[in-house]
Amino acid sequence: MQDIFQLAYWIPLLPLLGALINGLGRQYLNKTAAGLLGSGTVLGSFVLSLLTFFQVKAGHSEVVTYFNFIDVASLRIPFAFQLDALSSLFLLIITGVGFLIHVYSTAYMHEESSAQFARYFSYLNLFVFSMLLLVMGANYVILFMGWEGVGLCSYLLIGYWFKNPAYTAAANKAFIMNRIGDLAFLVALFWIITKTGVVSFQEFFNFVQQHQFTEKFSATDITVITVLFFIGATGKSAQLPLYTWLPDAMAGPTPVSALIHAATMVTAGIYLIARSNLLYSLAPHTLHLISWVGLLTALLAASIAVAQNDIKKVLAYSTVSQLGFMFLALGTGAYGAAVFHVMTHAFFKALLFLGSGSVIHAMGGEQDIRNMGGLSKKLRITYLTFLIGCIAIAGIPPFSGFFSKDAILLSVFLHSPLQYVVALFAALLTAFYMFRLLFLTFSGRFRGTQEQAHHVHESPLAMTLPLMVLAVLSIIGGWVGIPAVLVPDAEALSHFLSPVIPMQSHIVSHETEYALMALSTGLVVAMVGAAWMRYRNYQPGKPAPAFIQLLENKWYVDELYQKLIVRPLALLAAWLRTVVEAKGIDGLVNGVGRAVQYSARQLRFVQSGQVGLYVLLMVLSMALLLIVQFFIRK
Amino acid sequence: MIALLIFLIPLLGGIISFVAGAGKKAAHTVFVLSTGALLALTLLGMTSWDQPALQRFSAIWLSSLGSSFSLALLPLGKVLCLLTAIVYFLLALYMTNKVVDRPAAFYGWLLLAQAGMMGVFLAMDALLFYFFWELALIPMYFLCSIWGGPRRIAVTFKFFVYTFLGSVLLLAGLIYLQSLTPEKSFALDAILKLKLTTAQQSWLLWLVLPAFAIKLPLFPFHTWQPDTYEEAPTPVTAVLSAVMVKMGILGLLRWLLPFFPIAAYQWGDVIMGLAVGGIVYASLIAWRQDDLKRLVAYSSIAHIGLMGAAAFAANTLAIQGLCFQLFAHGINILGMWLLVDLIERNLGTRKISELGGLAQHSPTLTLFMIIIALANIALPLTNGFVGELLMFTGLLATKSNYYWVLAAVAGLGIILSAVYTLGMIRSVFYGERNAVTGKPVLVSVPEQLVLFVIVLLVLFFGLFPQPLLDMTKEYAEQLFSQVDISYLFRKF
Repeated sequence: MQDIFQLAYWIPLLPLLGALINGLGRQYLNKTAAGLLGSGTVLGSFVLSLLTFFQVKAGHSEVVTYFNFIDVASLRIPFAFQLDALSSLFLLIITGVGFLIHVYSTAYMHEESSAQFARYFSYLNLFVFSMLLLVMGANYVILFMGWEGVGLCSYLLIGYWFKNPAYTAAANKAFIMNRIGDLAFLVALFWIITKTGVVSFQEFFNFVQQHQFTEKFSATDITVITVLFFIGATGKSAQLPLYTWLPDAMAGPTPVSALIHAATMVTAGIYLIARSNLLYSLAPHTLHLISWVGLLTALLAASIAVAQNDIKKVLAYSTVSQLGFMFLALGTGAYGAAVFHVMTHAFFKALLFLGSGSVIHAMGGEQDIRNMGGLSKKLRITYLTFLIGCIAIAGIPPFSGFFSKDAILLSVFLHSPLQYVVALFAALLTAFYMFRLLFLTFSGRFRGTQEQAHHVHESPLAMTLPLMVLAVLSIIGGWVGIPAVLVPDAEALSHFLSPVIPMQSHIVSHETEYALMALSTGLVVAMVGAAWMRYRNYQPGKPAPAFIQLLENKWYVDELYQKLIVRPLALLAAWLRTVVEAKGIDGLVNGVGRAVQYSARQLRFVQSGQVGLYVLLMVLSMALLLIVQFFIRK
Repeated sequence: MIALLIFLIPLLGGIISFVAGAGKKAAHTVFVLSTGALLALTLLGMTSWDQPALQRFSAIWLSSLGSSFSLALLPLGKVLCLLTAIVYFLLALYMTNKVVDRPAAFYGWLLLAQAGMMGVFLAMDALLFYFFWELALIPMYFLCSIWGGPRRIAVTFKFFVYTFLGSVLLLAGLIYLQSLTPEKSFALDAILKLKLTTAQQSWLLWLVLPAFAIKLPLFPFHTWQPDTYEEAPTPVTAVLSAVMVKMGILGLLRWLLPFFPIAAYQWGDVIMGLAVGGIVYASLIAWRQDDLKRLVAYSSIAHIGLMGAAAFAANTLAIQGLCFQLFAHGINILGMWLLVDLIERNLGTRKISELGGLAQHSPTLTLFMIIIALANIALPLTNGFVGELLMFTGLLATKSNYYWVLAAVAGLGIILSAVYTLGMIRSVFYGERNAVTGKPVLVSVPEQLVLFVIVLLVLFFGLFPQPLLDMTKEYAEQLFSQVDISYLFRKF
C-alpha cells in the first residue's frame, strides 16, 4: 500500500498529458474524444487521490523527491511533492469537484467547434494540473509554479472567447491583479532564501522553530514574510484590496467560474497560509491584520452582492465574501476551520455556479435575474439542487455550510466579540442575498421574453448529474466537522488534519456553543423569511434608492482604481515616452550626434552613412599592425 | 584549438560567402553550413572535447605592445558561444527561402559579426578583446545602413556615435591598465594581478563602464537601441539583441568587475539604482508603444536592466542567475523577433493599432507567441523564471544598504512586464479581425521547426535548468574569490 505514494506523480501528470494531447491534437480530435480525454484524466487523478487520501488517513505521510530543480551555491530546490493530510484533502477537493466540472462541461460547451472544444478542455486540464502542483509541492518554489500556473490558466479561460474585447480585458485584469500579489509572494520567497537558505516546508519550519526570535530569524523577519505571503494571498484569493478581478472573471464560460471559485485558484491563498500556520502563529500582528481584512472583505462583498442583478455576479461576490470568512478564520488562528470551509464551500459554490450555468443554458444566455422568475416548475432538478446550495451557503443545519461557518463564528466569538457581531451580520447578508437570488430566479412569474419561455428546458443528464452529486455533498459534506458538543467522537476533520494543523482546544461552555448556534440559525432563518417576503413576487420597474445604486455600482471601487492608479500611470508612461525619452535623453544624444556630424563634415573626413568605413579603417590598421609585427619578429 | 576553430569557422564562412555567394541560393547554403558546423563543433567542445588543452589557444601577436593572440573557452564564454551558435543556426534555418537583397554580402557580414562576437567571448587579452569588439560592430553598421528601414542612415549614425564613444573610452582604459602592469602586458592575468588603489579603480571604472553600459544598454545610455532595433532588418535585430548585447555583460563580468572590485562595490548602489530604475522606465515606455519592434526593444531594455543590476549585486546567486539568463534571454528574444518578423512579412505592418484578431486565423502562431511571451514575463516552468528567481534573490542579498528598495523597484518590472506583454497579445491576437488581418499568417515548415525548437528550449530549461546552471557553477562561486583585495585593507 505504501507504493501509492510512488505513483503520486501521476496525479498532476495525467491532467498535464490530457492538456497536451487535447491542445496539440485539437485539429484531429472530435468532441467525444476530447471530452473523454479531459474528464478521464481528471477521474484518474481522483482515483489516485482517493488512494493517497486513505494512505494518509492510515497515518502515513511522505515527501517524494524527484530531481533537483535548482542546485546552486548554498541553495538547493528539489522538485518534490508533499503527501500529507493537508495536501491529500485538497487533492480530493480539486480532482473530485474538478472532475464533476469536466463532465458538466462536455454538455455545456457542446456548441463550440471541435477544435475550440479541445482547446477548452486543454486549458481546463492545465488548470487542474497547476492547482495540483500548487498543493503537492513540498517547497515554496514548486508551490509558486502552481500558483502562477493557475493565474495563467484563469487568464486563458476568462479570455476563452477571445473575440470579445471585454472578456480579454477581464482576463488581463485577472492576471495583472494576481501578479501584484505574486510579487509580494516572490519577495517573501526571496526573503526566506536570503535568511534561511532553505525553501522546503520541513526544513524551513524546522529552521523557524530552532531560530525563532533570534538574530538569525527575528520577529521582523517573521512579520515581513507573513505579511508578504498574505498580500500574495489577497491577490489569488480575491481579498481587499485586490479582489476586483474575481467578479469580472465570470467572463469565462460558466463551468470555468465554478472551477475558479470552488475547486481551484481562489483557495490557493487559504492553502498557503494554512500550510504556513506554524509561521503565522508566531505573528500575532499579521493574524490581526488578516482577520480584519477578511472580515471587511466579507462585509463589503456581501453588501455588493445584495444589489447585483447578474446571476453570476451575485455568486462571484458571494465567493469573495465567503473567502473573507475563511481569512477571518485564519486570522483568529482557526486554520482548521478555514480549511473546513474551503471544503464545504467547494461543494456548494460549485453546485451554485453549475446550477446558474444550467439556468443560463435554459434561458438562452440570459444572465439578468430580473428577467427570470418562475423557473422552479420547468427546471425541477436545477431548482432543487440550487435550493440545497442556498441552504448550505446560508448556514442552516444540518447542511454543510452550517458546520463550517459555525466553527468560524465560534472561533471569532472567542477572539473578539466585536468581530463576531460584524461577521454575524455579514453571514445574515449572505442568507439574504442568496435567497433573493433564489426567489428572483425560480419563484413568482416568468419575466423573460416569449421566445425564452418556449425555449426553457431542463439541462441534459451530463449537467444535472454533477448537480445532484454536488447537492448530496453540500448536505452531508459538513458532517465530517460536526462539533464535539453535538455528537461524541466528532471533529473527524480536525483530527485528520492535526499532523499539519495542531488542534485547538476551545475552552467554552456547552451552553455558549448552543446559544451561538441557535442565535445564528434563528437569525438566518429570519433573513430567509425577509427575502421571501420581498422577492417571491418581484415586480420590476421601481428605481432603486441611492444607497442601493451605490451597492449596485460596487462602491465604485473599480472606477476609483482606474482614476487613482491606472490613469496616472498611463499618463506618466506617455510623458516618459514623448518628453523624457524623445526630447530629453534622445534630444541630448542627437545634439551630440549632430555636432560630431557637423565637425566631421567640416573636416571632410567622413560622409554621413559611411561611419562603418571609419571604424573599418581603425580595425584594418590594427590588423596591419599585427601583420607587420609578425614579419618583424620573423 | 577548439577555441581557435570557433573563431575561424565563421570568419572563413564569411569570407567564402563574400567570394562564392554570388548565386541566390549559394550564399544561404554557405550560411547554413557554416553556422551548422559551428554549432556542431561548439556542442562537441562542451561535451566530449572538454580538456583544458583543447580549449585554449595562444599565438604571438603584437608582442612589442605586450599583446598576444590568446583565446580560451571558459565557462562564461561557453554559455555565450553556445547561445551564439544556436541563435545563428536557428536564424539560418529561419531564413530558408527568404528573399534578401545582395545575399552574399548580407550573410557574409552576419558571419563576420559572428566571428567577432566569438572572439569577444574567447579573448584572454585586452587588446585582442578590443579588436574583436570592433570586429563585431563593423558588420552591424553595414547591415543596418544598407539593409535597414527608411531612417537607416540617421539611426545607424546614432548607433555609431554611441558605440564609438564607448569604444574609445574603453580603449583608453585598457591601454592605461596595460601601462600599469610591470611587464607592460595586455594579458588578462597580468591585469588581474594589478594592485590598484581605490581612487584608481574608481575613475578607471567610469572610463571602461560606458562601453559596456551602452552595449547592454543600461539606462540612460539606451536610446540608440529602440531606433536601431526598429530600423535594422529583423534578422539583424535578432542577432543584435539575442547575442550582441551579451558582449556588454561579458565585458562587465570579465573585463570590469574583477579589475575594479572595490569601485564596483562603492559605485554599486548608483549603478544598480540606474539599472533597476531603467527597468521601470523602459517597462512603462514599452506599455505605450504602437510598434511591435519598439515594444520588444523596450521590453529587452527592461530585462537587460535586471541583468545589469545582478552583475553588480556581487554575490554568487545573482551571478549564477545572470549566467543562466544570458542564455534564456537570448533564446526568448530570438523567438519574439521571429514572430514579429512573421507578422510583418505576412500582413505588411507591425503597428499594434492596425492589427487584431490574429488568433482566429493563426492559432499556431498564437500558441507560439503565448509561450514565448510567458517566458518573457518569467512565468515558472519557462526558462525565464529560473534566472529571474536567482537574480532577484541575489539582489535582495546584496550588501547594499538599499537592497530592499532595489528589489522592490525591480519587482515592479514583474508586474509591468505582464501589463505590456498581455496588453500587446490582447491587441494583436485577440478581438475581431480587420481588413489588415483578414488573411492568416502563414508559417512555413522551417519556420515552424525553428519556433518549435525555441519553445522546446524554453520549456526544457524551465523544468530542468540544472545542466545549464552546472556549466557556470564553479565560475559563479569563484568570481569573487579570484581577486585578491587584501592589500587594500593592509594599508589602514
